[in-house]
Amino acid sequence: MTTTLTQTEDIGGPAQPLLIVKNLLKHFPLKAPFFSRAATAVQAVDDISFDVMKNETLGIVGESGCGKSTTARLLMQLLQQDRGELIFDGQTVGSAQLPMKSFRRQVQMVFQDSYSSLNPRMTILDTIAFAPIVHGMSPGQAEREALQLLENVGLDPQRFAGRYPHELSGGQRQRVNIARAIALKPRLIILDEAVSALDKSVEAQVLNLLSDLKKKYNLTFVFISHDLSVIEYLCDRVLVMYLGKVVELGTTRQVLNTPSHPYTQALLASVPTTDPDRRTEKAPLAGDPPNPIEPPSGCRFHPRCSQMIPQCKSNMPLLLTHRPGHQVACIRVNDRIGQSVSTAQQASADMSI
Amino acid sequence: MTDYSLNRNADLLLVQAHRSTGYWSGVMLNLRRNKVAMFAACLLLLLLLMAILAPWIMPADPYKSSIIHRLKPIGTENYLLGTDELGRDMLSRLILGARLSLFMGITPVIIAFAIGGTIGVIAGYAGGRINAVIMRLTDVLYAFPSVLLAIALSGTLGAGTGNALLSLTVVFIPQIIRVAESVTTQMRTQEFVDAARTSGASPVRIVFSQVLNNVLGPIFVFSTSLISVSMILASGLSFLGLGVKPPEPEWGLMLNTLRTAIYTQPVIAALPGLMIFITSISFNVFSDGLRQAMDIKE
Amino acid sequence: MSTQAITSMHEPDSAHPATGEQADNAISVTDLTVAFERAGKTIRAVNGVSFHVAKGETLVLIGESGSGKSVTLRALMRLHPERQTRQSGSIQINRQEVLQMDRRQLRALRGKKIAMVFQEPLLALDPVYTVGQQMIECIRTHHQISTQQARARAIEALEAVRIPSPERRLAAYPHEMSGGMRQRAMIALALSAQPEVLLADEPTTALDATVQIQVLILMRELQKQLGLAIVFVTHDIGAATEMADRVAVMYGGRIVEEGSIREILQDARHPYTLALLKSRRHGMERGKPLDVIRGSPPDLANLPPGCPFAARCEHVLARCTTSVPQTTKISQSHQVQCHLAVA
Repeated sequence: MTTTLTQTEDIGGPAQPLLIVKNLLKHFPLKAPFFSRAATAVQAVDDISFDVMKNETLGIVGESGCGKSTTARLLMQLLQQDRGELIFDGQTVGSAQLPMKSFRRQVQMVFQDSYSSLNPRMTILDTIAFAPIVHGMSPGQAEREALQLLENVGLDPQRFAGRYPHELSGGQRQRVNIARAIALKPRLIILDEAVSALDKSVEAQVLNLLSDLKKKYNLTFVFISHDLSVIEYLCDRVLVMYLGKVVELGTTRQVLNTPSHPYTQALLASVPTTDPDRRTEKAPLAGDPPNPIEPPSGCRFHPRCSQMIPQCKSNMPLLLTHRPGHQVACIRVNDRIGQSVSTAQQASADMSI
Repeated sequence: MTDYSLNRNADLLLVQAHRSTGYWSGVMLNLRRNKVAMFAACLLLLLLLMAILAPWIMPADPYKSSIIHRLKPIGTENYLLGTDELGRDMLSRLILGARLSLFMGITPVIIAFAIGGTIGVIAGYAGGRINAVIMRLTDVLYAFPSVLLAIALSGTLGAGTGNALLSLTVVFIPQIIRVAESVTTQMRTQEFVDAARTSGASPVRIVFSQVLNNVLGPIFVFSTSLISVSMILASGLSFLGLGVKPPEPEWGLMLNTLRTAIYTQPVIAALPGLMIFITSISFNVFSDGLRQAMDIKE
Repeated sequence: MSTQAITSMHEPDSAHPATGEQADNAISVTDLTVAFERAGKTIRAVNGVSFHVAKGETLVLIGESGSGKSVTLRALMRLHPERQTRQSGSIQINRQEVLQMDRRQLRALRGKKIAMVFQEPLLALDPVYTVGQQMIECIRTHHQISTQQARARAIEALEAVRIPSPERRLAAYPHEMSGGMRQRAMIALALSAQPEVLLADEPTTALDATVQIQVLILMRELQKQLGLAIVFVTHDIGAATEMADRVAVMYGGRIVEEGSIREILQDARHPYTLALLKSRRHGMERGKPLDVIRGSPPDLANLPPGCPFAARCEHVLARCTTSVPQTTKISQSHQVQCHLAVA
């Protein structure tokens, strides 16, 4: 049994994306009611591709039904994708080069519900020490390191190590979850709405903690949230999802200051005003985010899009680069940059290297 | 960041100390506050002691019959609780009967807990097809009313203590499987199980270290509530002549043989039933108290 | 067309537009305290809260968990269980004293004079009855009309909240509707008996951003048409900015600052208000650590003497831990409870 876990090596170098997501697809089949024709499926994630660069914080935004939670679980391989692959630091996940257990050492997750993500019958110390023990650390060493981790996340080990989750507040529990996530010294942490359930003042503390830990442990974050101000504060790049597809991807400044996709524009315009004299008069989008069971044909956003043209109903937009580092999946932008289908295929091949 | 090398062992000791005031001691504390449950627990302890110490505390020979002293009422000299239809001392028979009755009540449940609990947890955690197969097979057994099933099995296997035990165990296994599966399924969807999966642990490890400590409690409480049922069913089987064979004292069997005395000595005829009643209620109250104590989270 | 139908059912008192000091306030709360007895401890959730809301005006109660804002709201309708709650002070809804009402009077008050919208419609709506059944029941409880007529009013109410195909929605169960539609249905239900006051407890917190703005705009429009007085509880300054005429900031069961939305946003005086504003887009700068309010929310079972915020305040003085600050008026509509403001 090894006594301590070392940080996994950087294999591909700084230019290599830490995680390449390639054509990920996950549909959840629904049982057909007895007398109907065919079984339908919830098309939760439908052919998405993007990169996560080393040491960046990539934000994923979207509303209910967009597939961001499913994406998080796919990235973490808590769910198996139906199609597509994940390439971690140049190695395919699940292959002989990178078996699942090694992958799990390098990628960890922090969940939204701080309470249900902790075992109610295990002490905080045991919860944090669990993963290292699984990976071969001796229990005594694991507990010692867990105490250190508790201190690193700002919880006094003497007071907290022997406690149970129900004795902690939401913010404290989330710190425990973070400590648990870094216990294996991973390289990538996926945060699925990790601060959404916290009060704003507690959220600020946790965000500061995350920033500190990122620097200290040389981490990469994928940060899923619906809160655009937190995304703007924390993230280097942003990915916008709608109904299982990526509609826009670029740096935070590009996406939030100069959004190119009509959905992103509507999303940003839906943020409440900061000026009480200039209140929002008209909602940018009508209706609710639709259900991904039977998505519209062509561009999935076309029924609600204010800038729709006839092709939007029939053609599927491709996620293409229209400015350096900034990609959009919109027919009108596709047309504007004058790329034909064959050039578009070339562009998407370039993207996934 | 402070250096932990010197303090770590001291901290660990502190942590161990804190851990001892952990979950189960919390449950015990809550239980102790429940006066009714504690009373039931004391009763059960007394009954258990009575059963264990039976040969030493019996006033008379429970097998010695005496035609002259048939159906003597309560308070007769030498026979404190009267005699049964064969002139045997009721008090001694009731005391010794506790052994068999408690044994028939507890043993099937323990075995069913072990077997059913395992199968149920496996079904619950595995999900999918394995779950479907196990649960549907369980449903087949579960479809039979427990009393009928016990009688049918006993009748097929023949009378006798061992066969009665077997049929009772078979009756309870599906019920425990159901509860175990249901609780485990609930646990499996909890995010902490996902979190455990992200650590790379194998499913077996996750079940043993994370799931079991959560599901064992509810399954155990459900099982203790079955003890009273088991006692009553065992008594019923004996009553029907399918369980314990005479002259062994067992409360249900005693009820059977004293049937005809109900017109002449109704109190004596009811005494074994009273013992069954007291024991069943005590088990029920205790298991309910245990359930309440485990529910409480501050 | 449909909103006109609701307007015609309701006779708003347009002769008295909203200004704070008028005598005919729709809601007038004076020195309200609410304490809960739980497991031998007394939880002081609300400690001397006073405010008023005029017809057609929206007051936003803003604060974090444990500030007492939701407890205050529920006290306005006396929703807290009577046995474990101790309430004192005065709550006047259209000059009727709520804390003195008997059960018959309370039944006449709830729904008809004052209605409430909750954060999670799935929890607030009865899952085993259709939306239509719930609305018709509500309408007929307060108006002596037939089921047909009540159904017609229910359809009009659903149209007023912009639910498409209202006839079909009447037959829908709450779980069959999408989140935004459920919230609209709840608003329609709340308004179906034509109350004068609407209480809203974080109604948009659980909604997506694009739906939230729709519901906020809808509530504003309905308020204009029906002359409602609205008390809106939230922790989100953005929602407050969209909705509020006036804002009351709550902490530890007290109102620490109160003023018009502009005054609060541009001229906040209380350290807590300033900290709240900084924790939002108004104060988040990339790359720099966020300003954090040190410490944690107060334990309502063991409230310290003095200002509830003293333990976490950067500018704390000796006075702050011993005496509760008096209310200082900064302008006619802006007041703050802080020792620093007196100087």
